[in-house]
Amino acid sequence: MIKDITQSEATEDGITDKQIDALIAKHQTDRNGVIDILEAIQASYGYLPPHALRIVAKKMNRSLVDIYGVATFYQAFSLRPKGKHRIVVCLGTACHVRGAPAIVEEFERQLGIKAGETTPDMKYTLETVNCLGACALGPIVVVDERYYSKVIPTQVRDIINNSHSGDRDTADSHQQQKTIGEAVPS
Amino acid sequence: MINLVINGLPVAVEEGSTILEAAKYLGFPIPTLCHLEGLSNYGACRLCVVEIGEGPKARLVSSCTYQVEEGLKVRTASARVVKARKMVLELLLASCPQSKVIQDLASAHDVRQQRFRQEHEDCILCGLCIRMCEEQMMAKAIGFRNRGENRSIGTPFDMKSEECRLCGGCMYVCPACQLRCTYMEPEKAICGGCANLSPPCLEKSSFEDMMCYMDPCVACEIRKD
Amino acid sequence: MVIPAGTCGQASGANDLIAAAEKEILLCGLDKNIRVRVTGCHGFCEMEPSVLIEPDNTFYPQVKPDDIPRLIKAVLDGKILEDLLLVSEEGKKYYHQNDLPFYQTQVRSILAAHEKIDPLSIANYIENDGYSAIAEVLENGAPEAILAEVKNSNLRGRGGAGFPTGKKWEMLANQSNGSGKYLICNADEGDPGAYMDRSVLEGNPHSIIEGMLLGAYATGATAGVIYVRKEYPLAIKHLELALTQAAEYGLLGDDILGKGFSFNLSLAKGAGAFVCGEETALIRSIEGKMGEPRQRPPFPITKGLYRKPTAINNVETWANIPIIIRQGAKKFTGVGTRNNSGTKIFSLVGKIKNTGLVEVPMGITLKEIIYGIGGGPSAKAKIKAVQTGGPSGGCIPTARFDLAIDYDSLVDAGSIMGSGGMIVMDEHTCMVDVAKYFMAFLKDESCGKCFTCRKGTQRMYELLEDISQGKGTLKHLELLKELAEVVKDTTMCGLGQTASNPVLSTLRYFRDEYLAHIEKQQCPAGVCKALITYSINENCTGCGMCVSVCSEEAISGLRKQRYKIDSDKCIKCGTCKGVCKFEAIEVS
Repeated sequence: MIKDITQSEATEDGITDKQIDALIAKHQTDRNGVIDILEAIQASYGYLPPHALRIVAKKMNRSLVDIYGVATFYQAFSLRPKGKHRIVVCLGTACHVRGAPAIVEEFERQLGIKAGETTPDMKYTLETVNCLGACALGPIVVVDERYYSKVIPTQVRDIINNSHSGDRDTADSHQQQKTIGEAVPS
Repeated sequence: MINLVINGLPVAVEEGSTILEAAKYLGFPIPTLCHLEGLSNYGACRLCVVEIGEGPKARLVSSCTYQVEEGLKVRTASARVVKARKMVLELLLASCPQSKVIQDLASAHDVRQQRFRQEHEDCILCGLCIRMCEEQMMAKAIGFRNRGENRSIGTPFDMKSEECRLCGGCMYVCPACQLRCTYMEPEKAICGGCANLSPPCLEKSSFEDMMCYMDPCVACEIRKD
Repeated sequence: MVIPAGTCGQASGANDLIAAAEKEILLCGLDKNIRVRVTGCHGFCEMEPSVLIEPDNTFYPQVKPDDIPRLIKAVLDGKILEDLLLVSEEGKKYYHQNDLPFYQTQVRSILAAHEKIDPLSIANYIENDGYSAIAEVLENGAPEAILAEVKNSNLRGRGGAGFPTGKKWEMLANQSNGSGKYLICNADEGDPGAYMDRSVLEGNPHSIIEGMLLGAYATGATAGVIYVRKEYPLAIKHLELALTQAAEYGLLGDDILGKGFSFNLSLAKGAGAFVCGEETALIRSIEGKMGEPRQRPPFPITKGLYRKPTAINNVETWANIPIIIRQGAKKFTGVGTRNNSGTKIFSLVGKIKNTGLVEVPMGITLKEIIYGIGGGPSAKAKIKAVQTGGPSGGCIPTARFDLAIDYDSLVDAGSIMGSGGMIVMDEHTCMVDVAKYFMAFLKDESCGKCFTCRKGTQRMYELLEDISQGKGTLKHLELLKELAEVVKDTTMCGLGQTASNPVLSTLRYFRDEYLAHIEKQQCPAGVCKALITYSINENCTGCGMCVSVCSEEAISGLRKQRYKIDSDKCIKCGTCKGVCKFEAIEVS
């Protein structure tokens, strides 16, 4: 689809040039730092707003084509807003042979969306990832940075319900976590 | 000067030359698709592969991107090269059968079968248009997006680019776009305004599937929506 | 009291243990008698969350937070809680970590440090001989000596290809130092099923920094970058902290330890692209571009990061450097085989009893790892194959388990070492499905530049999909093989050149499975959905478990009687089989 740039985009979601400038200033290194900057924007807004990419291109003296290419090349970036809760199912080889595809399908059924999509109420985004490196405990599911190990399809509903209580900051590596995954035969 | 041997013939070429250039100098034909003189070499189509090295270390490399090395032994039409080239052409035919360039190449290389599920894509992602836009037209209006099977070429956000000057250079160099330039029946093309570009915009419905960065088309002024 | 809490430990609930232990110690005022050390992963992930009691190294597997108070009491009383110990199938109790069969044949020159070191504390690393190698080297000041030591150690790159590290460094050292040279630590561990690099970064980040310092001193490099994948948040956190601490201690930056040697080290994060493990793509990614590999030569050693000479080594390679310098090349070559010295960490995962990280001398056989350390299959089904080397590797059948593992033997067997993932597959793993899985992975992770890699992986996936749905013919097999060989031949980078390995190795060793799908329309492993049906056999007690979990209401029947599955409604999700305790659900 080819359409004209609309003026409204300049202030979408209340994102101001100043905020983006601040993120760029913080992560710009003498050489570049484009990926760090995009990551910071992604972390702040949950996605990469088009306006932000334009500012990055301008500030970093790179063409928009380049920045847009980078933004679409890497899996960590999204050009569309994501849901409040991010559900990530690991599809690494070890998780795969232990039944991860069935877990994804169950999430898809329960949430009524396909992997990569966000529920219409913007509550959940379902994603798959190619390996989280916790292979000994597969299948692994991560909801908002909380890890669930040895997941079986019947636990999927609980995991979704549990995500409501996960609205606190879970960044600290030594903080308490709940695990549903009891050892189950794989 | 760098000395190398191509198909048994010794040749000395300037340092920094590619195998493709050296082979051309000797007159050995190597088919290419994503290579165009005046644009940088990219190595996307893999059609120009040649065999280098000997014994178990022999391998195929794309001649357009591989720079000559002292003492290099090159074979431009060994059995391994021919087999690979045929498969590349078969894959190209399977994806983009309407391209006259691809059809001609396939026929010249005696490719007589196409065993994959037939697709009709209008882009083989050779990147000629991107390089044309950037290197010759100094615009950088289009580029690659995404990766793997989702890779595509276009403007950022699929929006009309501020950098694009509607020069048509991208369409001019495209090896896959014969469909959009002449449609299925060239004589029915309504507008001969740009003989070079031969616009595809016969009908709006078919225009949807076309790869066109011009909006409106410089030739027939049909808008995409 | 040592509690491992890497990402895997945390996923199994180590944080609950730590909180419980700290609370208990605080409540009872025992902080002078007992100390909790939170460390990185020790390797035996299957038994996590685990607790190790020093100095005796008493090992308690799968500890629950409720057990912590009495565990602490027992420690103070010098007793052992017999009921919490690991018990073998024969009823043998294992008291000490070293008694465990899992650890017995391992040679843990890298991983053992994870038990001793709190990754958040540089002081702790220094107490354990950390940074002693670089301090000594700076004192004696002979870069050539380090280079010689690394060369003599015969260390080969642990990232997969096995290029001799000493040779690489020598090439870098020989580059003129006009405007700087770079060192890169490749921590973009993208191979699914491999996580040894994550474990080292999380558990002992300072060892990487020390390794790179030694490398910089030996080669004359002025700056370095550690490229870590974003999927490892804990590793990034620990590394960031380690870099700050090292700078504070004067171990990074200008005039290190006052010896006039300077080295700046920074962190670059990947953003989720497997192909960025390829060195030229990695460099582009650090430069803030799309991760698209380029033609080599020129190799990064002459034209690398910002077009400056650059040496790239993987995490495990860097972790080996301080060890080599500290103990000497002679001792290092004493482990392993002649051309493959030292140890290698493998992540042993999949359908195996003892999953985890194992560090073994090179040249050990697959059998010793899988049946010895790994303890054999996790379930009743027999082990069929092991997949090594990630998506670039291949599947090796049990018939070849006598293979002594090193870089060269694995290539001969149609696989590669890769970063060291070992995914064990049993009779319930379908090899067509495995090949299909890897093609799905690669068609998404290919950068898309080379036509034959982008389209070739898609087409191989398509052919495998046909076969898995019973629509395949013998012509499919022929075309698959032909295509796989051409993809291998005609692509530019390592990803494309090895992309065919999963297909070619399964075709080579498991052709009969392909034929079963094609000729008999059967999936012997019971995986390919189009070819299987679920049914309930006479073992059914009518407990109703399966009925309650079936989302499609495909199971019907009366309580306490044998249930039935309506094959029209059944979506073959396998949930019922997972919950059935009586092995009453059959796949055919």
